[in-house]
Amino acid sequence: MKPLVEINPTRLTGKQYWRSLDQAAATPEFQEWVTSEFPEGYATVDGTNRRTLLKLMGASFGLAGLTACRRPVEKILPFSRASEGYIHGQPLHYASVATFNGTAAGVIVTTIEGRPIKIEGNPKHPYSLGATNAHLQASLLSLYDPDRAKEVQHKGARSSWDEFAAWAKAEFDVTKQGDGSGLRIVSERNASPTLASVRTDLSKRFPKALWVEYESVNLDAARAGAALATGQSVEPHFVFDKADVVFSLDCDFLGLDSASILPVKQFSKRRRVEQPGDKMNRLYVAEANYSLTGAMADHRLRVKVGDAGALALELAKELNVSGKELKVLGNAADKTGKFVTELAKDLAEHKGKSIVVAGPRQPAAVHALVFAINATLGNIGQTVAFTKPPSELTNSLEQVKQLVADLDAGKVKTLVLLGGNPVYTMPTDLNFGAAVKKAAASVALTEEENETWLASEWRLPMAHALECWGDARALDGTASIQQPMIEPLYGGRSVLEVAALVAGREPATGYGLVNAFWTAQWPAAEREKRWKASLFDGIVAEAKAAAVSVPVDAKKALAAAAGRIEPARAGLEAAFYPSHSAYDGRFANNAWMQEAPDPMTKVVWDNVALISKTTAGKLGLRDGDLVSLSKGQQKIDVPVMVQPGHADDSISLFLGYGRAACGRVGQGVGHRVEGLRTTDHFFLVSQVDLKKTGETYQIVTTQEHHRMEGRPIVREASSEEYQKEPAAIKEMAESPKGLTLFPFHDYSKGYQWGMSIDLSACIGCNACLVACQSENNIAVVGKDQVRRGREMHWIRLDRYYTGSDEEAQVVTQPMACQQCENAPCESVCPVAATSHSPEGLNDMAYNRCVGTRYCLNNCPYKVRRFNFLAWNKDVPEVRKLVFNPDVTVRMRGVMEKCTYCVQRIERGKIAANADGRRLLREGEVVSACQQVCPADAIVFGNINDPQSRVSKLKKQARDYELLGELNIRPRTTYLARLRNPNPALEPAAEKENP
Amino acid sequence: MADLAIDHDFELSPPLVQGGMTYADVSEKVSAITENKPPKQWYYAIAVTSLMTLMLFGCLTYLVTTGIGVWGNNNPVGWGWDITNFVWWIGIGHAGTLISAILFLFRQKWRTSINRAAEAMTLFAVASAGIYPLFHTGRPWRAIYWLFPLPNSYLHLWQNFRSPLMWDVFAVSTYATVSALFWFTGLIPDLATLRDRATNRIRKLVFGLLSLGWRGSASQWRHYELAYLILAGLSTPLVLSVHSIVSFDFATAVLPGWHTTIFPPYFVAGAIFSGFAMVVTLMTVARWVYNLENLITIKHLENMCKVILATGSIVGFAYATEFFIAWYSGNPYERFAFMNRAFGPYCWAYWTMITCNVVVPQLFWFSKFRTTPALMFILAIFINIGMWFERFVIIASSLHRDFLPASWGYFTPTWVDICTFAGTIGMFLTLFLLFLRFLPAIAMSEIKGVLYQQNQQQKGAHE
Repeated sequence: MKPLVEINPTRLTGKQYWRSLDQAAATPEFQEWVTSEFPEGYATVDGTNRRTLLKLMGASFGLAGLTACRRPVEKILPFSRASEGYIHGQPLHYASVATFNGTAAGVIVTTIEGRPIKIEGNPKHPYSLGATNAHLQASLLSLYDPDRAKEVQHKGARSSWDEFAAWAKAEFDVTKQGDGSGLRIVSERNASPTLASVRTDLSKRFPKALWVEYESVNLDAARAGAALATGQSVEPHFVFDKADVVFSLDCDFLGLDSASILPVKQFSKRRRVEQPGDKMNRLYVAEANYSLTGAMADHRLRVKVGDAGALALELAKELNVSGKELKVLGNAADKTGKFVTELAKDLAEHKGKSIVVAGPRQPAAVHALVFAINATLGNIGQTVAFTKPPSELTNSLEQVKQLVADLDAGKVKTLVLLGGNPVYTMPTDLNFGAAVKKAAASVALTEEENETWLASEWRLPMAHALECWGDARALDGTASIQQPMIEPLYGGRSVLEVAALVAGREPATGYGLVNAFWTAQWPAAEREKRWKASLFDGIVAEAKAAAVSVPVDAKKALAAAAGRIEPARAGLEAAFYPSHSAYDGRFANNAWMQEAPDPMTKVVWDNVALISKTTAGKLGLRDGDLVSLSKGQQKIDVPVMVQPGHADDSISLFLGYGRAACGRVGQGVGHRVEGLRTTDHFFLVSQVDLKKTGETYQIVTTQEHHRMEGRPIVREASSEEYQKEPAAIKEMAESPKGLTLFPFHDYSKGYQWGMSIDLSACIGCNACLVACQSENNIAVVGKDQVRRGREMHWIRLDRYYTGSDEEAQVVTQPMACQQCENAPCESVCPVAATSHSPEGLNDMAYNRCVGTRYCLNNCPYKVRRFNFLAWNKDVPEVRKLVFNPDVTVRMRGVMEKCTYCVQRIERGKIAANADGRRLLREGEVVSACQQVCPADAIVFGNINDPQSRVSKLKKQARDYELLGELNIRPRTTYLARLRNPNPALEPAAEKENP
Repeated sequence: MADLAIDHDFELSPPLVQGGMTYADVSEKVSAITENKPPKQWYYAIAVTSLMTLMLFGCLTYLVTTGIGVWGNNNPVGWGWDITNFVWWIGIGHAGTLISAILFLFRQKWRTSINRAAEAMTLFAVASAGIYPLFHTGRPWRAIYWLFPLPNSYLHLWQNFRSPLMWDVFAVSTYATVSALFWFTGLIPDLATLRDRATNRIRKLVFGLLSLGWRGSASQWRHYELAYLILAGLSTPLVLSVHSIVSFDFATAVLPGWHTTIFPPYFVAGAIFSGFAMVVTLMTVARWVYNLENLITIKHLENMCKVILATGSIVGFAYATEFFIAWYSGNPYERFAFMNRAFGPYCWAYWTMITCNVVVPQLFWFSKFRTTPALMFILAIFINIGMWFERFVIIASSLHRDFLPASWGYFTPTWVDICTFAGTIGMFLTLFLLFLRFLPAIAMSEIKGVLYQQNQQQKGAHE
């Protein structure tokens, strides 16, 4: 029977996510059932008797109101034999791996009732060590994005995977493609060994086919530089925990210039001082924009991105690496000169224990020079190591140029775009969107219906990393297998599976491919065991890629580099940086990322062009002025914002905004700066033209005031001062233990929870902010509500500037509910909705709260969050799947705040109870913020146990209570920020404006 | 009641009841207002205020169905216009109780022509104020019964009696109850007068019921006087305690700018200050429209202006004390809070407050301002504006910049804030207009008591 209305089981929106297990399994019976207008069970009227007919008509009229009662036939699977290890309501944790910009980081995913709800780091994985970053945390939300691509489309009309497979079989056949000279494949950077094997198959089948790897955020420069310096293809590693002195040249290695969080882990280890005698490392940074790394610097020099190479040459000269004489413009020459001199001295004094690292915006020549410097300093093999690269390095920009040239010339028969969003991110002079249409046939596999999706003929929904099989190698070669946690919600497939279709591999299933690849490496007897072990551990146990001992010929490197390094020059430059929120645009539709404030500017739901105060004054610009930046044919409009500590004559632009084809969250948010990016000016646009448009634009930030106003909020000292006088930190403000008006609680027994936050380690990366949001079902309120001051983050990162506006220093302080023992919020709640638990927590009873907001007013830290409106009212059903069932989703009108992850504490206690009524062990219960922090800055635990880490940290002399003078006795205390300035250099910032 | 007036000459010169009125004249004058058709100004006025009241209900409905987010409140300013308006209204109410109760205990005869209207004003002000504690909550459908110690299924789930908001609940409900009882008790003889004069059956029935069978016998008068005295005695401490409790909402908090012991006397003085200003506002208009100049004489108005001057000076002194103590304390947060008030983003509110509360009432030193109704009406409006700004400055400027600069913000009202507030003014005026229309606006029986004494004195003077 031809259905009047076709219901496509794969296109599901709104309330009915999936109707039954049958549907999820997409059985043929179900397909037939759902497409037929009247499912089985209806009665045909075949009697000719008038009476019967009238009887039936009357009955059906009477039953007309019961149409809602018709229930679909469901097959229920009762747990007469339960799934192994599954207890309904208990979370299960699976190990997997996340690939980000070609690098793998192991993760452990918490799933409940068959769906993932939280991502954590895998302690066993060398590039995670238990931590993750903000983007990884937010990627969970992308899984449940209601705007994901949901169906296969062909030329704009609904199609199916079967149809695509049939087409692909014919298209990717030798008869059609020949030697593959008309076949082009574009993908993101990938470190998957299975995919590499599929690529090998593909290149065997179509020898002339070209596979291009392209990333908007290009981190290849270091490898390219290493290749120049060593003459071989190697992967450089910087071992930050072995270094006493680190010099970062335009490299935000603690932030997004690293593809993993390993540098943060390593660096923070040497940053933390636990005993007054501990030796801190020292960080010098030379950069344009104020990065997270710059915020940790003991000495920071403001240098334009384009001038960094010249600075490197200066340093090389100073270190006697036989450099050429070149002028360095920009900051006062004497300041730069002194900086370089002292830096060189310091580096030289720590031979073999120092690191010089350059950032991805610098050309390969500068990196080669930097390796030469490292070689001179004896760092190679100590703090700078090389290994075999996990995948082959290609010059993606060259390849992309060639690809578009081929497209424009009509040479491309079939173009396959696997993942990413190249139409949005490709350099604008290539006009990739139009070029795609010039291919005879195009295929795009994307997660959302983005710009690339719309440009292509075949549109394939991509499976999220949590939905499909795969694998990845970390930078040091450690392999991990990626396993799915949930069936693809919308029937998407992975890059691996589609690549297999193109390569003609059978069967083209993720599981089949990955399993076949790995089990083939192992002896038959061990296959099952090793497969299971790899999945369980999250890493494939195999011989690690050995360190490659490759000498760096400094002179050769220098010669290769020197001719290609630009001299420092005047003029306005514009540099491109990945956004801490959208990254390169992939998170534009991710509400958690859009609302996560940029760590430095605290801007939300937007990107801005950052300039220094001096430059703003020179050009007559103020915050919010909309300006036009142009170079040649390219032009973009973007609002400016003054950034203290920014280099003069340099503009920082952030990628990933102004998306034209995005979901409801990211559509039109921000300003597209990719329009200024060309293949020649991919990282940096020198001599850019700036014109004021005369318009203003409202920028929304979560923090409006940036100075501490002389208050001892973030207490700082140099490590020298601290060693001389450890007590000085506590003496910066009084912290009297006065009387309390109401009887005090007895805290001597049982668990007493406390937290210590090390301000020397915290880099302000937002990982804790997003992890907390993920764990505690924190709502997103949108740009307008943030403008009104109603953001809901339970933990926020307060960022203060010290020193002058030009040469500012930055301190960051994570701030969440301090769980005060003498809480000012508790006494003022009229309905006793917030009260103290016997374990020292300030409990919040959502169902008792009537919302008078007196507790919010009385909290001196202002960490309480009120649901001013019904934030969760119109949440799509699929988006609700991300909620953690252990945590109440709050309704409007109630107050909420950090609970020290009380749900985790309770789960821990229940588990310990079930496990023989024992006490909780140290580290058994970790708060979400503690678990995710890559710098290990947050430590939570039982302060009643003198052996716990948190108790030991609190005993340090630099431990202090924030606002202790109010006698509120917070359970969260801070470890003062220590810096390690070089006594020979001037104090890092004039302390005129504290 | 013995004649305990201390200085007859002073008190009754110029006479409190002028124009040679007799008892009958008093009854006629006051009752006629309720018996005749109201003047056309009344119709215009109530049309406008009724619309405003409807606007209030609309805004409250919008608020309850959508959430507190329709107002301008945010983090860190959890309280904005809501609590400002609450305190403003409650403060206004205090004048009525002071006139009714305290002036009664002090045997100030001049209170008799204004006490009825002033007490009515108190009740309506408390009604307007009472909207806010309920509706400013995020879940008013819960707050309405969870804030009261009612039996519940948990058996031991009580309120938190340590919270000043809880004290507010008791203070304001006590205040409303006692004020209502006091007002009604005082009304009984006058309602009986209206009953006796009524010709219409319905009027007779209604006022008959309301006057509770008042016959005017000696024993009834004795009971009446005693009840009145007791209620006055109960209400007197309320004048001081209710606004002190309200001030505890702020004084017990840790916030700089709030956490100060000066608040109870400062708030009480301010309440009396603004309340008297509101009484002046209402009385100058009412006496002009209803031709009550002989009963509410210039002397009455002048006395009220003197109270305004006195309390205004106390308030001004309190401002200076706050500033001094902020400096003297050496507490950097406290010092900053006050410098921020005067020179920060809310300085415009602060200087409005200073002008209206400190400068304006000083004009009452000049007798021209004390004795010209038109001028005192204008000054009273300014004073009420100033007192509104005082509460706004205390709330918004202290909250928006407190301990941690990273949490600093700013509060801007939305149209819902403004319309809700205007709506409460509308409701207040509607109730007051209805009061003028249907109930005796002046305490006839008490005026007659004064008239008697006045006549005695004049007789004595002639003899």
